[in-house]
Amino acid sequence: VCNYRIIFWIFQELQIDYSKYEHPPVLTVEEQAKYVSSSEGALSKNLFLKDKKNRYYIVSAMTDTKVDMKVLSQRLGLGKGGIRMAPEEALSELLQVSLGCVTPFAVVNESARDVSLLLDQKFKNQTRCIFHPLSNDVSVSLNTLGLDKFLQSIGRDSVYIDLEVNANPVVGKDQPPDLAVYVPSNSVVVPELPTKTASIQTASKNVSAEKTKPVASAKPSKLAGNGKSAVEDSALLVFKNPEKFVEEILDKTTALLLSEGKGENVEALAETFRKRLTSEFTHLAVMYKNTAYSQGFYAGTQSQPKRP
Amino acid sequence: MDVDKKDSIASDSSDQVVNPWEVSAKDGGKIDYDKLIDQFGCQRLDASLIDRVQRLTSRQPHVFLRRGVFFAHRDFNEVLDAYERGDKFYLYTGRGPSSEALHLGHLIPFMFTKYLQEAFKVPLVIQLTDDEKCMWKNLSVEESQRLARENAKDIIACGFDVTKTFIFSDFDYVGGAFYKNMVKVAKCVTLNKAMGIFGFSGEDHIGKLSFPPVQACLSVPAVPSFPSSFPHLFPGKDKLRCLIPCAIDQDPYFRMTRDVAPRLGYSKPALIESSFFPALQASGENGKMSASDPNSAIYVTDTAKEIKNKINRYAFSGGQDSIEKHREIGANLEVDIPVKYLSFFLDDDTELEHIKKEYGEGRMLTGEVKKRLTEVLTEMVERHRMARAAVTDEMVDAFMAVRPLPSMFE
Repeated sequence: VCNYRIIFWIFQELQIDYSKYEHPPVLTVEEQAKYVSSSEGALSKNLFLKDKKNRYYIVSAMTDTKVDMKVLSQRLGLGKGGIRMAPEEALSELLQVSLGCVTPFAVVNESARDVSLLLDQKFKNQTRCIFHPLSNDVSVSLNTLGLDKFLQSIGRDSVYIDLEVNANPVVGKDQPPDLAVYVPSNSVVVPELPTKTASIQTASKNVSAEKTKPVASAKPSKLAGNGKSAVEDSALLVFKNPEKFVEEILDKTTALLLSEGKGENVEALAETFRKRLTSEFTHLAVMYKNTAYSQGFYAGTQSQPKRP
Repeated sequence: MDVDKKDSIASDSSDQVVNPWEVSAKDGGKIDYDKLIDQFGCQRLDASLIDRVQRLTSRQPHVFLRRGVFFAHRDFNEVLDAYERGDKFYLYTGRGPSSEALHLGHLIPFMFTKYLQEAFKVPLVIQLTDDEKCMWKNLSVEESQRLARENAKDIIACGFDVTKTFIFSDFDYVGGAFYKNMVKVAKCVTLNKAMGIFGFSGEDHIGKLSFPPVQACLSVPAVPSFPSSFPHLFPGKDKLRCLIPCAIDQDPYFRMTRDVAPRLGYSKPALIESSFFPALQASGENGKMSASDPNSAIYVTDTAKEIKNKINRYAFSGGQDSIEKHREIGANLEVDIPVKYLSFFLDDDTELEHIKKEYGEGRMLTGEVKKRLTEVLTEMVERHRMARAAVTDEMVDAFMAVRPLPSMFE
């Protein structure tokens, strides 16, 4: 269990700029808004979701962002009704928080290592955003750079997505589920303990099950998911698609240029590039070649012999 | 001749034991590799050989060569002689797919083999001994076949070129020309000789040896060293040489092969052998990482956080107990695991030298060394994971298809 004070210790270690607000425990965004004014930053709504294969997600968004669960489910490659609110036990078991306390910071817990964290792209336009630091009687405001730094320090990537994209159709032949790559590779089994209450080592008052923060509701419907190949498909794109391949190469090259390029003379820089990138790019190229060959091989096994 | 040499695997428990089933150091100390070379009768891979490799391949020798990870050989210089004359060779390596969990120690021979394939531009056969594991580890046939395919994916992710690589599992491939060679080899190997090589006495291990297909088992690692076992790859090239990168505990298997080869009219396979990758906890207790203790190893499925935790918590440190003492006398580099691991995986010679100097003289602390190691390993594991995610079942099928490889020497 991660005491919420650890979050602040991490902020200080990483020199992340933040502001802290203490208030009575709150369970909804409206209540929180009474104590933390919008001038301090943008309030967030945080959903803890689960799919049919026991994989969990935190979706953290601006309060006015519309989160359509059906669309989100499709974009994750889980079909139309593949995702719903996670049960209370999962909240305490995986995120170590109580009701009304879902927050991106919950991924600091080892128990949350398989939980996928999806952040609203609109956070990036805000000066600051407001979250609970694992306890619902404290709020903290910080900017996305600070959030990214925090996540990076615990080995997490910051994933920002446009939650309001709603193409028509959402997912189809020419439009693969674009968020499928964020589906966790591991599922988690949470024991069903209806009497279990959240264990939090904070000085907050006893929180009982009351109205949770109002969020988009999941409509129960039959599963129409894509299955396990969704995640693999996205990694494959780099090795299948020339544009993605080139993009990956340029991403890595420019990243190296930006990190090493200051003040270096051009010859030395060129040498550094060769030294640092040759082996990695060769590896990428071999995988690209292997993928092309495999596709050709498969096509060969399926092809009809030429008519005489 | 190799086989007759008195390479006794000592029954004296205070001596070190190295054979394909057991690896342990003397009195819980370090493995003495010089003694091993003497005992086995193979050769040191010295600096002149490494320079020769550099000249022949026009590229920097692999980090494992530079750091002495691959440190011994049999006939490697002869393979290079032939290569210089324009006579190529092929590579052979393998894996016994007994667990799904692959750790860094498992990847080492494959990483090195990939380098050899690229540097020398030669083909490679990879054997998955699913039949052997099925028998010895009591797995069902289906389970060992499934594990073989899963392991194949991790192997492919190391970056082998499909136009130059043939992966096969025993259950799929044994038959035809391969089986003919198996029987030829089995006829040459008497039980007594096998026992002599492996150091079994009549009473111990009789259970292992009396099991009927065992002689076939013993010949299986030998057979892929003969090009006629792969008529779809090397038709008419019966004299093609074979180079086998392996860990040094596999030496006995191939000594037997080298004994049998000339009797069957084949070239003796050459070997290039590696030392053991130490477990995280200590270099002393046992020589090797173990797939059954998750904290002794870094797995290819570990997350960045798990890698960091494992290194911080379990990697045996040669640093001193207190900072003052450390600054005064420096770290004990002989037993320090993070530095050892860096010597395997940190490609930059200059940086490694710098770390060894600063750490050994007490100016750098264990924490910093561990941090650098975490970075290096995380990058490696990430790269592997990305490549692994791209390996489809179709790709495995392609690598395992019995097909010609027309550009294998390009």
